Formats: sequence, structure tokens, C-alpha cells
Amino acid sequence: MELTGLYRQMLRARSYELAVEDLWHRGLISGEMHLGTGEEAVAAGVVTLLGDGDGLALTHRCSPALVVRGVPIVPMLRELLGCEDGLCGGHGGHMHLFSKDHLAATSGIVGASLPTAAGFALANRRLRANKVAVAFTGTGAMNSGMALETLNLAAAWSLPLIVVCIDNGWSITTTSEEVTGGGHLERARAFGLRADSVDGTDVRAVHKAAGKLIDFSRRGKGPAFLLASCPRLDGHFLGDLLLRMARRPVAEGKDTFAKVIASATSRGGGGLRDRAGGMTRMMSVMAKARRGPTREQRGDPMLAVRKAMKKHKSERDRIDSEVSTEIESAVETALADFGESADA
Amino acid sequence: MPDMNLGQAVDRAIEDAMGRDDSIVLIGEDAPMLRAPLLARFGAGRVLAAPISESAFLGAAAGAAMAGLRPVVELYMVDFIAVAFDAVLNHIAKLEGFSGGKWKAPLVIRAPSGGGYGDGGQHGQSLWGTLASIPGLTVVVASTPADAYGLMTTALGHDGPVVFMEPKLLSEDWLEFLGRGGRDTVSFDVPAEGAVGPVPDSPHSTPFGKAIVRREGADVTIVSVAVGVHRALEAADKLHGSDVSCEVIDLRSLRPLDVETVVESVTKTGCLLVVDEDYREFGLAGELAAVCLEAALSPRYARVCVEDTLPYARHLEDAALPNVDRIVEAVKSLADA
Repeated sequence: MELTGLYRQMLRARSYELAVEDLWHRGLISGEMHLGTGEEAVAAGVVTLLGDGDGLALTHRCSPALVVRGVPIVPMLRELLGCEDGLCGGHGGHMHLFSKDHLAATSGIVGASLPTAAGFALANRRLRANKVAVAFTGTGAMNSGMALETLNLAAAWSLPLIVVCIDNGWSITTTSEEVTGGGHLERARAFGLRADSVDGTDVRAVHKAAGKLIDFSRRGKGPAFLLASCPRLDGHFLGDLLLRMARRPVAEGKDTFAKVIASATSRGGGGLRDRAGGMTRMMSVMAKARRGPTREQRGDPMLAVRKAMKKHKSERDRIDSEVSTEIESAVETALADFGESADA
Repeated sequence: MPDMNLGQAVDRAIEDAMGRDDSIVLIGEDAPMLRAPLLARFGAGRVLAAPISESAFLGAAAGAAMAGLRPVVELYMVDFIAVAFDAVLNHIAKLEGFSGGKWKAPLVIRAPSGGGYGDGGQHGQSLWGTLASIPGLTVVVASTPADAYGLMTTALGHDGPVVFMEPKLLSEDWLEFLGRGGRDTVSFDVPAEGAVGPVPDSPHSTPFGKAIVRREGADVTIVSVAVGVHRALEAADKLHGSDVSCEVIDLRSLRPLDVETVVESVTKTGCLLVVDEDYREFGLAGELAAVCLEAALSPRYARVCVEDTLPYARHLEDAALPNVDRIVEAVKSLADA
């Protein structure tokens, strides 16, 4: 696919997430909301390679891939708004979105996308010639038993499964590094999967690397694994306390810090070394969260792709305008009976 | 006697116990962030960050408990116990039985539970019925901060495995973390008496297997746990004017179950309503009916429970969870029967 097509899909995914963010802040969406901002290049680079019959199993951070896959946006928004005519009748919510037409399923259980996609791949091998299944997952999930078991299962059964593992450095609020042994590529290879890694902020690189692996699986050569690094621009979920504390320590963190200091100075417990180590650990995680890239700064894949589109400025402007119209009108339609305006 | 929310009371109970007992270690995903005060007091040797590997760390906690530690395992939500169910069902719960009573292992699973904030059906279940059906486990559910402290303290001194359930709707800490996220544009129907309350300064414990009568009444016995207790109390208040007097029992502990308190009350009222945020079939509601039958009672009976997969949309979820209107209606039809 041409860069312009990839750019359009990335922009659609980003614009959708920004609209969701706004609706969430306005209190129209309940519960947790895991935005996929930062993952647009991975979603666009991989999912544009899928077509009818290919399966897609996703995580709690599922919107970019679903938007790129072409799941209709208004029903998705209506679902998040809890409406009867939402994608799942208001029963699923953002972590449990299902589109039978697209063979696309999501789950809020970490790691669950792998076995589900393996099942899609198994069915595809028997029912739909040359069709594959893709599981999106993250480095945190790759420590779950079901994920590791699926790598083995897929290899043992030579399934047409492609695991796309996003490495954003975090397992919720813990750094992945702190809770992970070994490397993900080495693990995948040890199980017998073809494995590659890619800069997940470079959409053309993702598209190329994923293309090779998907093609490999389509030709019946077995499962593959793609490790794609990209930032998590908006924390684990909207309102992420760690990010709030890291970015506004005085306003958001003072209660927590007071509790930490009270405990650290309480009688009974660890020695000075234990206590100092605990405090240091906390500060270093906060510092890492604070250092992480934010939107429209270096590291944001949208910034990189816009730059790459400089040569096609007029087309970029046209896509910007078309996508903006598409998402704005989707939000307006979704909110039509809410008595709220789209741009409140 | 400071006021605290239910989650803070649990935190306090754990911190107090860790100060007294060096064998207690805390294991959980994001423990260093969620339990930063404990990390700063007890260090990384006793507050362990777990990978997202529930089956491994819960299974390992069971082994550690067998070998002399007293682990507290925190799950983000009880729903996720499913990922590690083998460790619970086939291992930690069976040790005492398999060893002929010669080996017991002290393990506490801290599991936030329940819905009411629109997080969908994989994040709002209660599941205590499923867990309490397993011999070898103790299953307790707090409905006030004082009991949360007391039950957790008992759990941390208990010699076998305990599942400690903590309704998220009663814990401002959890609600803020998972439901509000810093927003002032959402609200939740939080029962005030359950959410914030006095917790005695000195360590106190709440015994397992002892229900408490939260409200005395003559006509209908309502039995519940967790948020359901508060919904039942509100319904009882509403019904007060219509000449139906409700007795409200908070079980606090499902396994062991305080059969005596339930039977005594139902003997008096001749009428049992079970209010349960867990699933209706094959759970607490059926168990309490069986308990009454075994005691040769045949009360008028009804149950207000969750009947299907919990929906995400707030208005659908509110209707699916036992709410005051459903309880009032059920009591009225029982009283009229």
C-alpha cells in the first residue's frame, strides 16, 4: 500500500481516539478507557494487509486496529456511549467489541488474544484457503501462560497465525523490563516461529516487515511473530494515576506521597536500605513515566508520518480534511439523540 | 477511630500485619505503584512486582505458603482469578485435604469485586458463589471499612487459604483508579455507610463464619453481602412506611457460612429474600434455600441476583445488578403472598 493510504488509516485511528478521549472526559463513556494513541503505525502497517476471512484478535487497546480494519465507526462510538444500536448493543463496551463480519474479537483479559487468534487460524486453515489470523498483544501479556502456550501450539500445529507484539515499555504501571526474563524475539524463535522486530513508529517499515511475515503464514509455512516498539502516549488508560502523578506531582500526587512518607517512617518493617530502595524505585518509575513521549512530540508516530508525507502535501491536506469530516460527522451522528453537541 | 474508605481499611490491615509478622509478603501486578507505601516501608523483598502471569504468581504463592511464607496475593479484580484458577481449585484449596490435615498453607488472595461503574462483564463480576463452592477455601466479603479491616486481619492470622473480596463500589481508591480517572463528569451510586466509616485504631479482627444482623425486622429476612447489604438496607427503609418490616443480614463470610443466624431469622420471619450481586443460578441464593430446607424450614422465598452476563452500559448494568427497586418489589410480592 502507498504511504498516502497508510497515512489516511493512521489519521483515522488517531482522530477516532481523540474523539473517544473527549467523550470519555465528558462523562459519556464509563469505566476504563485504554487509548491506542502511539500505536497507529503498527495498526495501519499490519491491518491494511488483512482482508475478508482473515481473523483479528485484539486486546483492551483495540480501537486503532478495528478502525483500520473498517469496522463501522458510528456503531463503535454508539457502543462506547452505551446505546442499544451500538456495535454490541451496549453490552460489550470498549474492551469487549466484536464484529462477526470482520472475524474480529477483543478481550479485556490480558493474553487472551493469542489463543483466540490461534483458533481463528485453525478454522481458517480448514475453512478458508490462504486466510490467516493476527493476534495483537503486548510485552506485558507475553508473560502470561496462555500467550506462551499459544506460541508453542501455533508452532506445533503450524498455524497461519501472526502475533504482533507491541512493545511500549510498560506492563500497566510496571516497566516491562522489571518483570520480564529473556527477550521476546528469542522466545518466539525458540518456539519455532519466524520472528522479526521493527520500529513501530515507522509505518512503512511495519508494513513491509508485517507483509513478509503475513505472506509467509499465508503460504502455509507456519506462525510468525512481529515485535513492534512504539510509545504509549496516554498511559495505561485515560486518567492513569501514575502519569497524572508524574506530570503533576504536587496537585495529583500529594496524598500518595504523604502516605508513602508516613509508611516509610513508621516503626517496624525493613531497614534503611529496604526503605531507601523502595522510595528510589518509586521515583525512578515516576521519572520514566514523565520522560515518555507525548503527542506531537518526537516519538509520536503521527509526527513521523506527517513528515514523510511532506512530499505529498496537497494529498496530505486533502486526507486531513476528509478524515476530519469523517470523524466529526461520525461523532455528530453518534451523539444525535444525546442532547449534547459534538464540539462541547 | 479514624474514618477511612474500604480500600484504605484493607491497606491499613495489611500494613499493620506486615509490621507484626515478617513472614507476610505481598505479591501483585503493579504492587510497587499501587502499594507504594508498603514498598517504602518493607522494601522490595516483601513487596513484589509481579509480571502479568497470574497462574504463575498465584501458584508460586501457594508453594511459598507451603514452605513458610504468608503471601498476600493481590489480583486487580476477582474476574482475573480465572486465569489462575488451577492454583486455587486444584492446589491451594486441596492441600489440607490431600495431606490428611497435616499440611496447611496460609495464603490470602485480595480480590476487588463487583460492578456499578460501567467497566463491562470481564471486570465487574463477583464470583464468590463459584469460589465458596470449593472445599478448603475460606471466602469472606467486606461491606464496611471496619469489617474490611477486621476480616483482612483475621485472614492474615488464619492458617489456611482465604479469598478476601473487596467491593470496588465501596472503595473510593478503586473507583477513582478504575471508574473516575480524575473526572468530575461521572458519578456512581455509592452507599455512604459502606464506603466510608470508622475503623478502630487498635488492631481488631472480625471472626470468620459470623454473620451480622444489620437491621432487625419481623416480616422478611433479607440476606446479602457486599453492596447488596446496603441496597437491602435502603429498601428496608423505603418499606418501613408500608408496614413491611425487614431484617437485613450481612453474611460477611460465605465459607464458612453462619447457618445459625440465617435459620434463626428465617424461623422468625418465615420469609427469605436473597440479594446477591453474583450470578443467580447455582450460587449463594440456592445455597441459602438449601440451608433452610435442611433446617426443616419452608419459608416463602425469592432471590434478586445477577441473571446474565453483566452489560457494559451504565443503565443496563444498573438494571442487571440488584437495585433498591428490584428488592422493594421482591419484598412486596413475598409479603403479599
